[in-house]
Amino acid sequence: MHRALGLPLLLGLTLALAQGAPQRGGTITVSYKDDVTTLDPAIGYDYQNWPMEKMVFDALLDYKPGSTALEPRLAARMPEVSRDGKTYTFTLRKGVKFHNGRVMTADDVRYTLERVLDPKTKSPGQSFYTGIQGAQAFVDGKAKSVKGIQVLGPDRVRITLEAPNAAFLNIMAMNFAFIVPREAVAAAGGDFGHKPVGTGPFKLASWVSGQQLQFTRNPNYFMAGMPSLDGVTVKVGLDPSVAFLSLQRGEVDLLGDGIPPAQFLQVTRDPKFKPNIVSKTSVNTTYLSLNTKMGPLKDVRVRQAINHAVNKTKILRIINGRGVVAQSVLPPLMPGYNKGEQGYTYDPAKAKTLLTAAGFPNGFSTTLYTNSTDPNPRIAQSIQQDLAQVGIRAQIKSLAQSSVIDAAGTPNTVPMVWSGGMAWTQDYPDPSDFYWPILSCRSAVQGGWNWPMYCDKALDARADKADRMVSSNQQAARLAEYGRIFAALNKQAVWVPVFHEVRYMMKSDRLVGDVNNLVDPTHFINYERLSVRK
Amino acid sequence: MLRFAASRTLQSLGVLLVASVLTFSLIFLLPADPARLVAGPSASVETVNSIRRELGLDRPFAVQYAGYLGGLVRGDLGRSYKQQSTVSSLIASRVGPTFQLMLGAIALELLIGIPLGIWAALRRGRWPDRIVMGFAFLGASAPQFWLGLSLVYLLAYALNLFPLGGYGGLSHLFLPALTLGLGGAGWYARVLRSSMLDVLSRDFVRTARAKGVAPRGVILRHALRNAITPVVTMIGLDIGAFMGGVVVVESVFGWPGLGRLVWDAIRVVDIPVIVGVVIFSALVITLANLLADLVQLLIDPRTRYA
Repeated sequence: MHRALGLPLLLGLTLALAQGAPQRGGTITVSYKDDVTTLDPAIGYDYQNWPMEKMVFDALLDYKPGSTALEPRLAARMPEVSRDGKTYTFTLRKGVKFHNGRVMTADDVRYTLERVLDPKTKSPGQSFYTGIQGAQAFVDGKAKSVKGIQVLGPDRVRITLEAPNAAFLNIMAMNFAFIVPREAVAAAGGDFGHKPVGTGPFKLASWVSGQQLQFTRNPNYFMAGMPSLDGVTVKVGLDPSVAFLSLQRGEVDLLGDGIPPAQFLQVTRDPKFKPNIVSKTSVNTTYLSLNTKMGPLKDVRVRQAINHAVNKTKILRIINGRGVVAQSVLPPLMPGYNKGEQGYTYDPAKAKTLLTAAGFPNGFSTTLYTNSTDPNPRIAQSIQQDLAQVGIRAQIKSLAQSSVIDAAGTPNTVPMVWSGGMAWTQDYPDPSDFYWPILSCRSAVQGGWNWPMYCDKALDARADKADRMVSSNQQAARLAEYGRIFAALNKQAVWVPVFHEVRYMMKSDRLVGDVNNLVDPTHFINYERLSVRK
Repeated sequence: MLRFAASRTLQSLGVLLVASVLTFSLIFLLPADPARLVAGPSASVETVNSIRRELGLDRPFAVQYAGYLGGLVRGDLGRSYKQQSTVSSLIASRVGPTFQLMLGAIALELLIGIPLGIWAALRRGRWPDRIVMGFAFLGASAPQFWLGLSLVYLLAYALNLFPLGGYGGLSHLFLPALTLGLGGAGWYARVLRSSMLDVLSRDFVRTARAKGVAPRGVILRHALRNAITPVVTMIGLDIGAFMGGVVVVESVFGWPGLGRLVWDAIRVVDIPVIVGVVIFSALVITLANLLADLVQLLIDPRTRYA
């Protein structure tokens, strides 16, 4: 250790130890470029509103900060699971109150889940809960309530599934299952998203559309000692470059959108900013999708050739190194990730050999779709050059993101899609969430998100079987099976997995929060655990 | 005059109708599924379909448009897909800031443009004239995004004279209004310069001078009053131009107006909000033009018989 560095470091450590528990009190200001659309947990579902919904609401279960391990939250303990893995009995924590003062009961759990299932709510999370017994009949309007949700008492509720699902507890920790009080939803008259009432560590105190949201501490929060902060102000509409200047001037404590791309290199290379930056690899994969139903791409050798032809390191340079090279579909932090997976090396010669073997010694012409926001067209060009090296002539179609999504989800339309800006990020930390929504037969349909349109019924059956392995002693075997499923997919080369995004957060000197609370793999920001130095 | 106003109002209604049909059909033709965007990637195809039905997007174009028009007549602009609020309440909450911004920009355009225009006209061909013409050129061609960020960096961050964006009092208003108005100020200066030059060579100015009216009086009372007419028309046109400019300026400065509202709506194909703001903007623009014509009639009586 360098001596000049050693002393301040030691001093810093001593100070940190002396401080011990986080200080209570104080407020912070967070900045975002885009408006917050809604705080209704049944609806709002992105990087930006998710952590804010988490301020106002709680679910029965939650993750240990910074990890993918579940723990009880509004539930008093982890649920009792029946032998067949279909029935989950939750006991609620006693005396938890909504912000309106009413005690939360098992009826609220039922109401919350039925509300998400009700088509009138227009919840994007609906399909996560249709595995509950009788949910489909309720969705179709054939039943007035969901048969599989039984209230056993004021603090006990039993949920029965159609089939065992090992990811069900993850689903119960999602924002859609944040418990909401019926009377507050009714009182909001269709605008619960702007008048949210939950049990969470903070309450929404005010919301001036397009300007800012103010959250204040919930004095009756059931978790002892939380939150540390008295309040959080979320400013919206701040251009990232302006927000960065505001942080330097002390007007903002946390850049919600991260470091602005234009200043990224300058900031990360400046030692002065080092203590202000925290980063972590996201549970996300950005990829090039290869449509297995179109032209030469039908041949697995052609898809493998493309995997060998793409220079991923070059793409990482375009994004200023804000990612790690991907070897497989699954990201490293996802349970079931195979650390030994080598992926396809960058090897244009091998790519050419494979193309020749597939009957395309002179390559072929194809089309590559990308959204038109920087840096994605530049990355598409880089891929275009790499493909040209091996004889594949790709024409780039750069469109608005919504148009790319629409075209990519239409069968026999798009040979290749660069997923930048639309990359896949986990909904919950379970490999099934990287299989069913994007690579299974049921998502390889019009409007689905399986852009390679790949459908392997045998793999579906294996994944389905794995999802039925719910007891805790089967978990290792289940993850190993998912590991094999993804190895098979990697061999089929339906994607070129390019990189796993690394998220950078930038905070002010006074904000105390570590990597587990500022770049949490599921909640992104754990506001209840942040504090300020006085 | 009344007949004129009535026929213009009818015309304006026609414009609004056309604007609504155009935006509605453009968005309808857009290769993007709003239901998919509302639902997000994780939603299953069934969920997307149920959202599509809930939003009425599965009905034919004519039915959707007729429904929309029916609501419009009753003053109902529908509900945002993405935010649950009604479109009219969203627009109402954003109109104030946008009008403040526009008024501020117009004030700065006039405050900067008129003196510069007179100055350039009086020093025709000499260095002040060239500076003003150069300024007009630069102001008109500088991208607003770049201009806004430069002003923020220089005047707000480096010199600490103004707040770094956000909504508030006059100090918050100045930089965004300047960004929006600077291009127009140069344009006003140019137009006023040429119309002043034209007026200054007229007989009545010569007569006024010959009568012994003080030079300041000649310029302000006689020449300017006649030369300003094109500028008044331009204010009306400017409001139309501003409707586009506010999108950029409001985004740079975090100004909570209509521009930001529609920008966010376009990102997620929130059709009711997009169409609502477009129709509202069309209304403002036609009203502004109508008003400009009426004011021109008042200033310059000759146009009344034209």
